[in-house]
Amino acid sequence: MSKIHVTTTVNGEAVEFLCASDHTLLDVLRDELNLTGSKEGCGSGDCGACSVIVDGRLVCACLMLAAEARERSIVTIEGVANGGELHPIQRKFLEHAALQCGFCTPGLIVATKALLGRNPNPTESEARYWLAGNLCRCTGYDKVIRAVLDAAAEMRAKR
Amino acid sequence: MTVIKRKDELKVVGTRPIRPDGVDKVIGRAAFGADLAMPGMLVGKVKRSPHAHARIRKIDTSRAKALKGVLAVITAADLPNIPSEEAFMGEGPMNFRDLSRNCMARDKVLYEGHALAAVAATSAAIADEAIELIAVDYEVLPHVIDVDEAMAPGAPLLHDDLITAGVEPKPNKPSNVAKRIHFEIGNVDQGFKEADIVVEGRYTTKPVHQAYIEPHACVATVGADSQAMVWTSSQGQFMVRAYCAKLLGIEISNLRVIPAEIGGGFGGKTLVYLEPLALAMARISGRPVKMVMNREEVFRATGPTSGASMEVKIGAKKDGRITAAQALLKYQAGAFPGSPVGPGCMTAFAMYDLKNVRVTGYDVVSNRCKVAAYRAPGAPISSYAVESAMDELAQKLGMDPIALREKNAAREGTKTVYGPMLKNIGYVETLEAAKKHTHYGIKLGPNQGRGVASGYWFNVGGESSAAVHIAEDGTATVVSGNPDIGGSRASMAMQAAEVLGIPIERVRCIVGDTASIGFTFMTGGSRVTFATGLATIQAAEKVVEDLKRRAAMIWDISPEAVDWRDGAAHPAGANAGNFQPLTLKEIAEKAGKTGGPIGAEVSLNAQSPGAGFATHVCDVEVDPETGYVTVLRYTAVQDVGRAIHPSYVEGQIQGGVAQGVGWALNEEYVYDSKGRLENPGFLDYRIPVASDLPMIDAVMVEVPNPSHPYGARGVGEVPIVPPMAAVANAVRAATGIRMTQLPMSPPNLRAALRKAK
Amino acid sequence: MPRVVFAGSAAQRFTGGENEIAVEATTFRRLVLELDRRFPGLGRQVEEGMAIAIDGEIFQDAYATQLKPDSEIVLIPKIGGG
Ligand code: FES
Ligand code: FES
Repeated sequence: MSKIHVTTTVNGEAVEFLCASDHTLLDVLRDELNLTGSKEGCGSGDCGACSVIVDGRLVCACLMLAAEARERSIVTIEGVANGGELHPIQRKFLEHAALQCGFCTPGLIVATKALLGRNPNPTESEARYWLAGNLCRCTGYDKVIRAVLDAAAEMRAKR
Repeated sequence: MTVIKRKDELKVVGTRPIRPDGVDKVIGRAAFGADLAMPGMLVGKVKRSPHAHARIRKIDTSRAKALKGVLAVITAADLPNIPSEEAFMGEGPMNFRDLSRNCMARDKVLYEGHALAAVAATSAAIADEAIELIAVDYEVLPHVIDVDEAMAPGAPLLHDDLITAGVEPKPNKPSNVAKRIHFEIGNVDQGFKEADIVVEGRYTTKPVHQAYIEPHACVATVGADSQAMVWTSSQGQFMVRAYCAKLLGIEISNLRVIPAEIGGGFGGKTLVYLEPLALAMARISGRPVKMVMNREEVFRATGPTSGASMEVKIGAKKDGRITAAQALLKYQAGAFPGSPVGPGCMTAFAMYDLKNVRVTGYDVVSNRCKVAAYRAPGAPISSYAVESAMDELAQKLGMDPIALREKNAAREGTKTVYGPMLKNIGYVETLEAAKKHTHYGIKLGPNQGRGVASGYWFNVGGESSAAVHIAEDGTATVVSGNPDIGGSRASMAMQAAEVLGIPIERVRCIVGDTASIGFTFMTGGSRVTFATGLATIQAAEKVVEDLKRRAAMIWDISPEAVDWRDGAAHPAGANAGNFQPLTLKEIAEKAGKTGGPIGAEVSLNAQSPGAGFATHVCDVEVDPETGYVTVLRYTAVQDVGRAIHPSYVEGQIQGGVAQGVGWALNEEYVYDSKGRLENPGFLDYRIPVASDLPMIDAVMVEVPNPSHPYGARGVGEVPIVPPMAAVANAVRAATGIRMTQLPMSPPNLRAALRKAK
Repeated sequence: MPRVVFAGSAAQRFTGGENEIAVEATTFRRLVLELDRRFPGLGRQVEEGMAIAIDGEIFQDAYATQLKPDSEIVLIPKIGGG
């Protein structure tokens, strides 16, 4: 099978890779680019562990073909912090103990970033519905939602 | 017995620091099971049975083997044929023959998804193709899934040699009933005669999966010198080592297991599935082999816990005093014996101080994946039935459900049906706190109802190892033998920091592999904070003794004349001499002059873990048209002994509640008429999502556990015990309908509402 | 003499249904050896599949544990967890 050559931008860096036509963006992120922070929990768009932001939109990387990533701007969990400085969402997740095993955490943080990008002041219920595509089996979501709302408040105050 | 420290003596325990492994987990750097890549690594895949029950006449792997890029193909014929041998590995009895046949079917496939061959190839695509090229000739056999049907005469038999244990005289014919167990105290028949009111009911639950978000994954290597390595996501690296060594006939010293970060387990990762296959194929190919399950495989071939069929009967006097109680519990074990019906029997009535109790349990095999432990294994199932019946009783007596429980509550010295007395327990305290909570007084609207239920879990101790090392700059590292599923690095580091008298930021904690720390039982049974915590505390105490000795050497006084407090050595009183305190840092810097590096390791077998009790209050609203249940409010009160890191204790409680609510309302395995699972994905097997739940108020009651210097007791399991009954009791209060079948999903509840009209 | 209680059918299988006996022993290890002498096979069952409660406290393995003359020892199935 001949491979497809793709150039694109991941976390602000120009990257290029070869992929098969049936490879997902998640396959390439994890296996070709060594960005294993995006997780595969289902491979069918149901768990959100693979959440990434593509041209500003929240996407399940397991549902997007790698070939479709051409000339896009992709943000993964590895690109959320500003170098050595955590993003407020990441800090609030830690302060609120919003993770137990931490497997859902990259997806939840990326999804939260996308949420706060379009709605800086979500209600509890808006946050719950936005994050309904991100499964967490450990926390019962209580501390996750608190972290999200607290991060939103801090980010608004800093504006 | 240990002296429990007063709360005001504690500086670190009870605070809420950032966990030591936190940053790695929020930036995507933490390496889980599927995150390791090695040079030359092959991809391993499993061929699984499409039938629920069939004899394997022949497996032809020749075409798969001939495919370019395929480097190993295995079937049961390539693995040792393990004889029946019972062993206890810390998480329940285990028969290695069954375990090996669950990993790879021999002669028969016993459930849809049962592994029967595996391949390793240079790419996933080639491995998939090779799987398709394996030809299997099956003789399809009749199957049985439901527990009552599996027990019926004439049911299809899974094992020709399975004779029911625990029945006298010994049956002369095989059946699907692996075991009967029975507990009885007092005179139950007499007790029922004395009762003014008797409630009776039959309850059923469906199998539910632990549904950790991370699928099983591992990488294995085997060298030419037979030394093997497994990197895997599991609840215990030592468990993986022991099971793989046994199943493959290799020496434990030749196998090193490195624990990856684990993306949830809840009991489901206390067994091996892929690891022996990956090792076997790494041995054949001489290359690293990586195996990762997809979600469908996780649902079809791992976990779940039992579905069950139960009968409960409780008799009481008019004043609410229970005179007799009995339960009959039949649990599905899956394809091999070993359901959690034992603990189901033992916990069923453990919340109550009863004179006359009879509990009988049956462990029944049927054609679905062998069950794995799931959070407080067995207890949520029997408690759903018992706590539903208690609610019926309260209603018939016209009594408040908390008052009924208080009247019969287990207290200091209550004798359980399984023998021992309960000691230092905090059940009554949870009832009082629930009653006083503002939640209990909130007025409810139409179609709304409130439910109360309690739960019990033993908690376990067991074998644990931990080491504490002091670095040259006076910081400390804790090495423990338990995978960190929910923040245990934080609680280990905190307990060490408390003993050493230094800030938590100066203590790091890592999880050691099987070659770098002493044997440790799995992360499970709510044992880590307690048992491995004890090992950590004792190792830190040894370090402190050593630090005092070294300070004494520096001051040239006797070690008895040195005190340790606030992270420094102080002369003990005026007689000891007039010295400036020596900090940990200062002593560490001089370690070379006072005897070399400072560190200690402690291995122990922790006893008397201290039981856990919880009482939950749940408010629901039921849509009378659709049968949809909304959880409005949830308060979970639990005796936590003493919380080391309160946020992670609350998190355990909230997570357990969420899983229990899923079990109550939506989760179930659905099979078609051929015994094939119809919902092996998160779309159709619906676990609670953020918008399904309210905030969950976790209320911690602290009755310290005297077996631990800070009073800690296990907290991870009991929170999943009460929710199903709490929700069912709330649904009854809202609708007048007693749901005796789980889940109370919209179609099931709607049907019940229609019928009642 | 310490009393041994066999709660549940797992141990009663070996004792022919007897559910309580008195045993002369000062440590748990002695007790196990004595039980095995009286009811062959029970010793191994206790070692491998059972936990014990001594005066209400649960021990998973406790060879060296001292028994008091009035101790109550209950043999129960071992407990794991999730
Ligand atoms: S892995 Fe993409 S949504 Fe689950
Ligand atoms: S923290 Fe484990 S799945 Fe969310």
